[in-house]
Amino acid sequence: MFKTFHKGGVHPPENKLSAGRPVEPFPVPATVAILLSQHMGAPAKAIVEKGAAVKTGQLIAKGEGFLSGNIHSSVTGKVSRIEAVTDASGYKRQAVFIEAVADEWFDDINTDTLLDKEIKLNAAEIINKINESGIVGLGGATFPSHVKLSVPRGKKADFLIVNGVECEPYLTADHALMLEKPGEIMVGIEILKKALGVTQAHIGIEANKPDAIALMQKFASEYTGVKVHPLKVKYPQGGEKQLIKAITGREVPSGGLPVDVGVVAFNVGTVFAVYEAVQKNKPLIERVVTVTGKNIKNPANFRVRLGTPVAGLIEAAGGLSENTGKIIMGGPMMGKALAIADIPVVKGTSGILLLQDDEASRNKPQPCVRCGKCVAVCPMGLEPYLLMPLSQKNEFDRLESEHIMDCMECGSCSYICPSARPLLDFVRSGKNNVGKIIRSRKKQ
Amino acid sequence: MSKILTVSPSPHISSDLSVPKLMYGVVLSLIPAFIVTVYMFGLGALVITAVSVVSCVLAEMIIQRYIMDAPVRIRDGSAIVTGILLAFNLPSNLPWWMVVIGAVFAIGVGKMTYGGLGNNPFNPALVGRVFLLISFPVQMTSWPLPGASRFHYLDATTGATPLGFLKEALRNGQTVPEVMNQIPDHMQLFLGQMGGSMGEISALALILGFAWMLYKKIITWHIPVIMVGTIFAFTGILYLIDPTRNASPLFHILTGGVMLGAIYMATDLVTSPMTKKGMILYAAGIGVITVVIRKFGAYPEGVSFAILIMNAFVPLINKYIKPKRFGEEVKNG
Ligand code: SF4
Ligand code: SF4
Repeated sequence: MFKTFHKGGVHPPENKLSAGRPVEPFPVPATVAILLSQHMGAPAKAIVEKGAAVKTGQLIAKGEGFLSGNIHSSVTGKVSRIEAVTDASGYKRQAVFIEAVADEWFDDINTDTLLDKEIKLNAAEIINKINESGIVGLGGATFPSHVKLSVPRGKKADFLIVNGVECEPYLTADHALMLEKPGEIMVGIEILKKALGVTQAHIGIEANKPDAIALMQKFASEYTGVKVHPLKVKYPQGGEKQLIKAITGREVPSGGLPVDVGVVAFNVGTVFAVYEAVQKNKPLIERVVTVTGKNIKNPANFRVRLGTPVAGLIEAAGGLSENTGKIIMGGPMMGKALAIADIPVVKGTSGILLLQDDEASRNKPQPCVRCGKCVAVCPMGLEPYLLMPLSQKNEFDRLESEHIMDCMECGSCSYICPSARPLLDFVRSGKNNVGKIIRSRKKQ
Repeated sequence: MSKILTVSPSPHISSDLSVPKLMYGVVLSLIPAFIVTVYMFGLGALVITAVSVVSCVLAEMIIQRYIMDAPVRIRDGSAIVTGILLAFNLPSNLPWWMVVIGAVFAIGVGKMTYGGLGNNPFNPALVGRVFLLISFPVQMTSWPLPGASRFHYLDATTGATPLGFLKEALRNGQTVPEVMNQIPDHMQLFLGQMGGSMGEISALALILGFAWMLYKKIITWHIPVIMVGTIFAFTGILYLIDPTRNASPLFHILTGGVMLGAIYMATDLVTSPMTKKGMILYAAGIGVITVVIRKFGAYPEGVSFAILIMNAFVPLINKYIKPKRFGEEVKNG
C-alpha cells in the first residue's frame, strides 16, 4: 500500500499525454512581457526604465513587500515599455516589455550544466541568495521561498519535504524535471537542508511516475537522510497539507502553517531553482511548462523564459485546433481559464492545457440530492453542500464557524457532484467575503 | 483569434457521475432480487412491479407538469427506483389498484409535497408502504407462499412470514425452539424460500446487489453493515439471555426485510445522513428501534418504521455530526 492522506480526495483520469517527453529548451522569444506580480504579496517595483538595456538574469524589479519577490530579465535586450498587460486572472497588471536582441548573461551567472555538488554558502547566505534570486514556489502558490526558510522564532523545522507529487491531471513538468535533473535536485535538497538546519528530507512522488521514483531513489541513496516516498495516486495528494499528512502523519492545524508541525515543504521545481541560484548564481528566469491537451499535436515539456507569450507555446506544440473550448493556465482542477492566449508565462505557470469544446462545457446544475459525496471527497473535512447555500445567502458568521477558510480550493467537491452543482464557485465567493471580514476585524 | 474561449472558474473537468447514473445503478443492482422474486412469486411479482413503476413515474410526471409547473425530471430515474422499491415492500398478491394508491401517495406525499428529489425527509417508498399498511392492513399482511402459486396473482396460496409466525406462536405460549422446527431453516431463509414482501426474501440476492453498488461506489458500506450488525448484536444479547423466548440473531437478520431495508431503504441518498459518522449513528439507531419494535411492538417486523423514525432525525444528525475537519484535532508525534 502506498502512503496517502486519509480524508477525501478524488481520482480524475490522469491524461498525462506529455509524460516521457524530455524537457525541450524553448527558443528565446522576440519580446517578453515580464509581469511585476509573479508572487504572493505586493507587486515588485521596477528599477529599470523605458529604453534601458538589460542582460539575461539582470535584476529589473525589487520585491519590497513581505511576501513579494525580486524579478529578473529573462532575455537580453532593450526595455521597450512598461505598461499593463492582461494576466491569467483577466486583470491588467504592470509588466516590463523587453525586445530581445541576443542572449548575453548578466554578471557572473554560470550557464554551464556541470553538476556542482559542493555547497560553499552558510545558512544565512543561502537564504539571502534565494531571496535575491527571486525564487517563489513553482508549484503554483508562488509563496516566496526565503520567507518559508526563515523559520519564525520559537518554531523549529524537523524535516524538509519535497513535493514531486504532481497530482493535477495532464501536467508533467515536475515529472520531466525529476527525470532530467535528479542530481541537481539532490544538491538543491542538501542546500535547503543546510538552510533549515535539518538532517532529514522526504520526497513525495505519486506512484504513477515509477521512473521518477526509481531515479530519485537511486540518486537519494548517495545522500544520508533523504528518502523517497511513493504515494498513492489520489488528487489532491500534492496539496501541501495532504502531502505532509501522507508522509509524516502530522496534521497542519486549521489556519496554521507547515512549520507549526515542524515541516517545510518545497516543490521539486523550486528545489531545482534553488540549486541554480545557489550553485550557479542564476536567478529565476525560466521554468518547465507542460503544453498539453487532447487536441495538441505534440504535447511537450518546454523550458521557457518567463514572459514568453502562451500563444507561442501553443503554436510550438502544434497550434490551436478548431474545437478548442478553453485554454487553462495550470491543471484542469485548479488552473485558471484564459480569455486570450496572449498572456505571458509567469513563475507559477506549471502548464498550458487546451480543452476541447465538449470537455470545456459545464453541465447544467441540478438540485442537490444530498448524496454526501461532496462531503466524502473534501480533503479538508468541510461540507460543501452546506457552504454553497450559506454563501448564496451571505451567512458569513455561519460560513466562518463552518471553517470555510480551510477550503484549499482543490475543486474535488465540484468535480464529484452528480448534480453538477458549482460548489467551489460559491465556496470561493464565500471565502472572499469571510476573508475580508476577518481582515477588517484584525485591523481594529 | 476569432473564437470565444470559455472562461469559467476551476475545476475545469468533472467526473462522469450523474444522478441518472446513480439511480440506474441502483436499478441494475436490484436485478438479482427481482429474479428471485419472480421465481418465487411468479405472475404477481411481475404485475406489482410493473404497476408500481409505471404509477410512480406517471405520478411524478403529472405532478411536476400540471401541479408544480416545474421541469419534468422523470428521466433522472429516481421515480423508477421508488417504484421498484415500493413493489419490493409489498406482498405479491396485493390488488393492483392498491399498488397505484401506494405509488401515488409515495410520490405525491412522500416526495413532491416537499419539493421533489433531494428535499424529501422520508424515504418515499416507505411512506407509500406504511400508508398502505395502515389503510389496508389485511391485504398488506397476507403473504403468498414462495413457489406455491407462480401462475396465480390475486388468488395465490398465502401463509405467514417466519417473523409473523414466530410472534404469533410466542403469544400462544410456544417456545422458540418449538417454532423453529415449523419454519424454513436458515439456509432456506438466506436463499429466499419464505413468505414476505416481494423483494425482501432472498438475502443472497440482496447482498449481490449490495456488492455491485459498493463496486460502483453508489453507496458506502457504513449504513448496511452497521444496521445489520446492530440488529445482530442486540438480538444476540436477547438470545443469550433467554433462547426460549428470543430467536437467534441470524434468524432476525435474515427475516422481515432487514437486508432489503439495510441495503436499499436506509441507504437512500436523500434521506440518510451526509457524513460517515452520521451514517453510523443513524444505522445503529435503525437497528435498535427495529429490535425494540420486534420485541415489544405490535408489528412482527419493524424495519420500515425504524427507518422512517430515523429519517426524521437526519436533519438533526446533519446539523450536529460534522465530518472530522482536517487539522482540527492535532495529534502530531
Ligand atoms: S470545499 Fe474546498 S477543500 Fe473541500 S473539496 Fe471543495 S474545494 Fe476542496
Ligand atoms: S455532491 Fe452535489 S448532490 Fe451530492 S450532496 Fe454534495 S452538493 Fe448535493
